[in-house]
Amino acid sequence: MTKEHANWSPYDNNGGTCVAIAGADYCVIAADTRMSTGYSILTRDYSKICKLADKSYMASSGFQADVKALQKVLSSRHLIYQHQHNKQMSCPAMAQLLSNTLYYKRFFPYYAFNVLGGLDSEGKGCVFTYDAVGSYERVGYSAQGSGATLITPFLDNQLKSPSPLLLPAKDAVTPLSEAEAVDLVKTCFASATERDIYTGDSVEIIILNAKGVRSETEQLRKD
Amino acid sequence: MVSSQNESSLLSSEGDSQRTQYPYVTGTSVIGIKYKDGILMAADMGGSYGSTIRYKSVERLKQVGKHSLIGASGEISDFQEILRYLDELILHDNMWDDGNSLGPKEVHNYLTRVMYNRRNKFDPLWNSLILGGVKNGKKYLGSVSMIGVHFEDDHVATGFGNHLALPILREEWREDLTFEEGVKLLEKCMRNLLYRDRSAVNKLQIAKITEEGLTISQPYSLKTFWNFAAFQNPTVGAEGSW
Repeated sequence: MTKEHANWSPYDNNGGTCVAIAGADYCVIAADTRMSTGYSILTRDYSKICKLADKSYMASSGFQADVKALQKVLSSRHLIYQHQHNKQMSCPAMAQLLSNTLYYKRFFPYYAFNVLGGLDSEGKGCVFTYDAVGSYERVGYSAQGSGATLITPFLDNQLKSPSPLLLPAKDAVTPLSEAEAVDLVKTCFASATERDIYTGDSVEIIILNAKGVRSETEQLRKD
Repeated sequence: MVSSQNESSLLSSEGDSQRTQYPYVTGTSVIGIKYKDGILMAADMGGSYGSTIRYKSVERLKQVGKHSLIGASGEISDFQEILRYLDELILHDNMWDDGNSLGPKEVHNYLTRVMYNRRNKFDPLWNSLILGGVKNGKKYLGSVSMIGVHFEDDHVATGFGNHLALPILREEWREDLTFEEGVKLLEKCMRNLLYRDRSAVNKLQIAKITEEGLTISQPYSLKTFWNFAAFQNPTVGAEGSW
């Protein structure tokens, strides 16, 4: 008597890449807009970025149905927070909430690879990077998703972030200007698109700073 | 031996036997496009039982409330259950008697939640659904899969339609297609599916939904063309073959 095996999987990988870079007084969050399944493209125009709070934007790739459910849970939790505290959640607070939400489903995980970007209470850029079950840390920059392995080494080289092991701790936010960081992100996606079949079509870039939020879209190769 | 006995009885309790599923009677592709006045959707009327084409008059395009149209592929009995859920949804919506009615975006969202929650319970409805409609002049066309993957676009397809129809639609779709042009485009895709999808049958319906209302055509057949030179005297170069 062998155990019955399911002939379907509750998970699928809908692909895509997400990147975020923290600056001294800005944060750039970007994700491509391609949604795939297997070797097919489902749609070329799908946003992976979700505004969770005024100063917290989350970009997630992985299994799209789980990503959408996760976004819904966090958005409604934030709404409740606003009702109870009469203010928006700070980005570090949202970061902890995301971690807890992911770990809550530790034994049937959200197949979502997240990057949370925003401004902390001092107005400095902050980026938090996660795995599927909620392990997270604050970093100066991060990439997640199918093109992450192609982008991360490039970012390591260009942003030359100090080692997190240094004492006293050195600031991880990049000294690059906002325009330079946005350009760097565009370069990352153009490169990842060349070699990762799941990345392409276009990239949606959100730029957060003291003045507010701005969005840019750049076309990518569609093959 | 004793332990494996225990194992199997633990595993084959009533709860578990509801979980793993196989589809039995299935419908094949559905395709949908936005056009100038609304949404056009096409699906054939086949219900396959594995490799047998068992049913040839299955209506896979149905109206949902005042503003929406649903097309389903996959397990037909699960589609019938979805129609029962939708019926109840629309009933309750009407019973509020407040002049409001659920639009296609709302129905799509409802379906997404239903499919995702069933997937969470490891008891999916084995369907890929396409939901289209027009409300207050806004056209909407969306898709949901059996595990809850969903999105909206100007052109969508399920199953084999993704491979055989979507490339044609991506190449030839335009924002301002007229009804006639839209039908011709869908027929081109359905013909391609007929040639290449073994579970397709040559009896289809095309549904149109606009602000004014919904019409689902009477079933009809497509003309097919087999006059390719390679098919005339196919064995001329290899006597004895077929």
